[in-house]
Amino acid sequence: MERLTAVEQRAPGAWQVATVASIRLETPRVKTFRIALGMWVAHLPGQHYEVRLTADDGYRAQRSYSIASSPLLEGEVELTVERLEDGEVSMYMHDVLGVGDEIEVRGPFATYFVWRGEEPVLLLGGGSGVVPLMSMLRHRRLTAPQLPMRMLYSVRSPEDLIYGAELGEETTLTYSRSAPPGWTGHIGRIDEAMIVRAAAGFTSGPAFVCGSNGFVESASRHLLTAGFPPASVRTERFGPSG
Amino acid sequence: MGGFVSRGFTGRRRTPDELAARLPPGQYAESGFPVLTAGPTPEVPPDSWRLTIEGMVGAPQAWSWEEFAGLPFESVPCDIHCVTKWSKLGTSFGGVSLDVLLADAQPRGTHAMIHSYGGYTTNLALADLTDGKAWVVTEHEGEPLAREHGGPARLLVPHLYFWKSAKWVAGITVLDHEEPGFWESNGYHLRGDPWREQRYWSD
Ligand SMILES: Cc1cc2nc3c(=O)[nH]c(=O)nc-3n(C[C@H](O)[C@H](O)[C@H](O)COP(=O)(O)OP(=O)(O)OC[C@H]3O[C@@H](n4cnc5c(N)ncnc54)[C@H](O)[C@@H]3O)c2cc1C
Repeated sequence: MERLTAVEQRAPGAWQVATVASIRLETPRVKTFRIALGMWVAHLPGQHYEVRLTADDGYRAQRSYSIASSPLLEGEVELTVERLEDGEVSMYMHDVLGVGDEIEVRGPFATYFVWRGEEPVLLLGGGSGVVPLMSMLRHRRLTAPQLPMRMLYSVRSPEDLIYGAELGEETTLTYSRSAPPGWTGHIGRIDEAMIVRAAAGFTSGPAFVCGSNGFVESASRHLLTAGFPPASVRTERFGPSG
Repeated sequence: MGGFVSRGFTGRRRTPDELAARLPPGQYAESGFPVLTAGPTPEVPPDSWRLTIEGMVGAPQAWSWEEFAGLPFESVPCDIHCVTKWSKLGTSFGGVSLDVLLADAQPRGTHAMIHSYGGYTTNLALADLTDGKAWVVTEHEGEPLAREHGGPARLLVPHLYFWKSAKWVAGITVLDHEEPGFWESNGYHLRGDPWREQRYWSD
């Protein structure tokens, strides 16, 4: 078998066969895959990998997945994938891919939706859009815990909450459909008032917005109202649904 | 490479044979029209919209919305290919050919930088903008182009990845050399030919 090995070019452009080191169930519909890479390059928080699946007749499907882990996790990356009903790649990863399986990936890619340590930094995530923001949050926690970072994270219901146990006081959560019993925090979608409040003291740095198209459209509009210059608002949209 | 097979993967989103030949490598057919933008969606009312051609040209040009509406309008059936892997097959746009727009400007250079409202830029070789390969479009599938898709007007260069088809287009600057635009400075390929899978710098 011809396989790429670590001897080859250490460039993000090269496909490599990596191994699933572990799988964690985050929510009933979201799993995190820890992938061990022969050719590992430290990423910038916000970057993504590409995953390519090949059937035995040569048919291929290829998708992008944001890196959830900090670049301090050497030799591995964590990808957090939401299972979409009838989704070609996400269903395969959820229903077929197991620990020890091989998977073809390349990365890290993109240098626009990345956090290079600018401060202060405001993060706005909707649903699985929290994934690249989590890489930023984790990296800050490991390297610069005093750096001003604030995250607003919108989820539909308690069972959609990803990384719940890891969120700290930097995070303000809102439940857009149903909140857990006894919840005293925000309920409803992220709105202008929430964003204006969160933006206080943060408009001199970048804001990262990630989620469905509808989430990104409205959240980035509110950021402009809150005083962010358009050039400071960086957005990433996770595909067709909205 | 070549030999790797993903255990247990059969593929659910297979494209019918008659369409498969129209899909560049790594792309899948998407029936919707996803939105991809680097930042907030700018608001450009048609009555303040202008399109300019300047730089290394014999005669700089500028059109208002009304003047632009008087130019020869074509319908452009095409397939479009986004670098994030979706392709939309069999769609259509309506607008004015760059051949028409560039004719009066008399370009003297080899490349162009496209500027958009909101600050986006993208670079193209003039050869990719001429000979019936590029348009400034104001309609999509017979309707006015929606704001989130670049309305009132966007560039359309269907033979290259869709980030080249700059939304909210404002101007074309003709250059005598190649300069990277926004995504091209951020890791994406200078030309972006989907059939050669020119996604990133390293491709
Ligand atoms: C830069 C970037 C980063 C991303 N990061 C993440 C991430 O961290 N986590 C994550 O979960 N996702 C992420 N995504 C989204 C991801 O790339 C995939 O788009 C997503 O996983 C869906 O792929 P799929 O193959 O499972 O679904 P697809 O097969 O592509 O289908 C997508 C949806 O459309 C429907 N659909 C599509 N075509 C048809 C059809 N012909 N008939 C019926 N239904 C159809 C499916 O039912 C499904 O719900 C990212 C996307 C980008 C661009």
